[in-house]
Amino acid sequence: MSTIGGMRRVEGREKVTGRATYAFEYAVEGAAYGHPVQAPIARGRITTIDAEAALAVPGVLAVVSSADPPPLGSVEDPELAVFQSPQVAYHGQVVAVVVAETAEIAREAAETALRIEYQAEPHDVVLRPDHPRLYAPERVNPAFPGRTEKGDVEAGLADAAYTVDQTYTTPALHNNPMEPHAAIAAWEPDGSLTVYDSTQGATAHRDTIAAVLGLRQDQVRVISRHVGGGFGSKGTPRPHVIVAAVAARAAGRPVKVALTRQQMYDMTGYRTPTIQRVRLGADEDGRLTAIDHDAVEQSSTLKEFAEQTTTPTRVMYAAPALRTTHHLVRLDVPTPSWMRAPGECPGMFALESAMDELAEAAGIDPVELRVLNEPAAEPESGRPFSSRNLVACLREGARRFGWDRRDPRPGVRREGRWLVGTGVACSTYPAYRRPSSATAVAEDGGYVVRVAAADIGTGARTVLTQIAAEALNTSPDRVRVEIGDSDLPRASLAGGSMGTASWGTAVVRACEALLKNGGQEGRADTSEEVAAGSAFARHAFGAQFAEVRVDADTGEVRVPRLLGVFAAGRIVNPVLARSQFIGGMTMGLGMALMEESFVDPRFGDFLNHDLAQYHVAACADVQDVEAVWIDEEDPYLNPMGSKGIGEIGIVGTAAAIANAVYHATGRRVRDLPITPARLLS
Amino acid sequence: MAEITLRVNGVERSLSLDTRVSLLDLLREHLGLTGSKKGCDHGQCGACTVLIDGRRANACLALAVACDGLEITTVEGLADGEELHPLQAAFVECDAFQCGYCTPGQLCSAAGMLREPGPSAVTGDLTEDPALTAEEIRERMSGNLCRCGAYVNIVAAVHRVAAERAREVAGR
Repeated sequence: MSTIGGMRRVEGREKVTGRATYAFEYAVEGAAYGHPVQAPIARGRITTIDAEAALAVPGVLAVVSSADPPPLGSVEDPELAVFQSPQVAYHGQVVAVVVAETAEIAREAAETALRIEYQAEPHDVVLRPDHPRLYAPERVNPAFPGRTEKGDVEAGLADAAYTVDQTYTTPALHNNPMEPHAAIAAWEPDGSLTVYDSTQGATAHRDTIAAVLGLRQDQVRVISRHVGGGFGSKGTPRPHVIVAAVAARAAGRPVKVALTRQQMYDMTGYRTPTIQRVRLGADEDGRLTAIDHDAVEQSSTLKEFAEQTTTPTRVMYAAPALRTTHHLVRLDVPTPSWMRAPGECPGMFALESAMDELAEAAGIDPVELRVLNEPAAEPESGRPFSSRNLVACLREGARRFGWDRRDPRPGVRREGRWLVGTGVACSTYPAYRRPSSATAVAEDGGYVVRVAAADIGTGARTVLTQIAAEALNTSPDRVRVEIGDSDLPRASLAGGSMGTASWGTAVVRACEALLKNGGQEGRADTSEEVAAGSAFARHAFGAQFAEVRVDADTGEVRVPRLLGVFAAGRIVNPVLARSQFIGGMTMGLGMALMEESFVDPRFGDFLNHDLAQYHVAACADVQDVEAVWIDEEDPYLNPMGSKGIGEIGIVGTAAAIANAVYHATGRRVRDLPITPARLLS
Repeated sequence: MAEITLRVNGVERSLSLDTRVSLLDLLREHLGLTGSKKGCDHGQCGACTVLIDGRRANACLALAVACDGLEITTVEGLADGEELHPLQAAFVECDAFQCGYCTPGQLCSAAGMLREPGPSAVTGDLTEDPALTAEEIRERMSGNLCRCGAYVNIVAAVHRVAAERAREVAGR
């Protein structure tokens, strides 16, 4: 594979010529347009829905709402059971859809003619650490125990020579993929449904949509060949898909629904805000005696989604006493969901900031402190690591970054008006794998591989082409990979950084079966292979180094250098892998310095719900960002020897930047993002 | 409704339109040219960037009726038949995109930017026409957001084409 490792994206030409088709762009004959209507209150009930004037607008075809609830199958997921009840659980919840001949008419009728009245009730939308309704969730996403404890944490802290006890906060964050969530729903005369959707997993979306609509799985087809980013927000079907389906049924026409950028802030998930307390104890030499990590976070009144924020602390450092806990409160807010590295991303901001504070307290170099606390086995479980090269990442990063020339004193380097500093933090992400199936067929003088995988920008289509070519001992140009359609062999999600591992295993096994069967056709289902599990703890690791310049007068922070060194098994495609790593780090830079969704306590909504007010990193914010990796051979993973790389890039970036800001200024910012206001106050 | 005629990628188009239709929705919903993307519909993300009479503009902020008689170039019009525009080829080679949704806007924006003379906010000497360094490109391309975080590669791709053009000009 090394000879073809730098292969460019197979759909690259389609993407640069504008020919790649995304969900809303399929030319579906006779399609009408649906405009979702959202609740303007955070809690209460609808008292009146009067659609008469809306229906009288020329071109309006239908209005669907809880005034006449559309029949659904499963209503188990209250976010997807649209228009079933007059109750409003959060500001921005979808309460109706107007369908019309054009998008302009649908929006006009929705915003000026549809009359809905509400009885508002007092709402509670603000997360706080002393909330009386906080509780400890039994499980955190996806199925980890909410609480773990080993050893005597209080004794370890009491005996420590050095301690850190600090609270770190991260705000609500929104995924904001560039392509807004969109769907076209088209009912066929036989009662089956085709959905052109923007999804991270056609199989799972198909299964969920079928259940919610009360259809058999074979009556629903989800097509999603190109996806304009997701970062977790397209990992589960969002309400607009069901809205499109019921609207299409009401209108007797295919219906297109695209959420506006503003609607996405309420209807497509977000990362919960977190309030994290970290307590560390270390002996005279800097060896950890205790780690205690608690996270306070929120979910909606509709569903429990508990982000696994303190789980990376179960993996990172050796300590005789280790406790990790989560506390949740159910508020009148939209249900939070997955956003790039749920758990690891906010959790490692807190842990790695605290490690920097411990290094300062103990007078130990931050790289050396981490090396000193490198565990022999996974700290919480005691299981051996299948591979762990964190120390190599730290050493290689320190060498490349010039860390040995670093003066540890904070706030002493000044170049003109700029204060200059450097910081380090670690990254980690689990190496998951889920069952998938695939087929490989000899066709047209080459091979066609089929798997219901999703390429949300990761390069999955390209990497699977390479993996199949290697398994078939042929060149990639003789392999065509079909993905993004639920009619293809069922496959797991593009989520949890497990796409390549999960789909790649199925592709390799299907290709092996083809070769064994005489070269014509092979199929594979990896359920058994994956279920066999592993006795090893399997994780990718990394180390990130940041240089920052802080304007002493304005508090503006610039990041001239970001370096990530990763150990993530075998890298299948170095060009695409580098893009994934630096893309994650770039999103981490945004998290560190600018991203924050403000909740308005009075009205209960997200105030800054567009890209002019919710700032993501722009081109001028991003300077020298580089990622490299350690050669890592790990035979205990999958046939490719790969670990996931889609999420680890964002893990640790914010802490590396925050630690560099401290080194530059002597100001420790424990509340993200690190805005000028926070630095100057 | 209003009658308008405009040229899109060299082809004359005459339509009868709701006056509320944006240039972006004209392209995507009425002409089937879905290469121009809708990311925010508010001129905040740049995914809809096209060239209007050769200058880059957000198609979501232009009403279609205001474009009567104008010449529009979209991403579909950048290539010369099957031969990619140098920016398109550089984007593929430098892996300057991941999901691809901001890419048409980045490409049209870069194509327009390469023709824009004069200093920017990061130019030292405001009387000079500065060389397109990485810093100048970052500044001039900041109206086009990329959530996948491909900026480093986008700048590399644009810089490659800008440098080629500068060499061609110098060689003349």
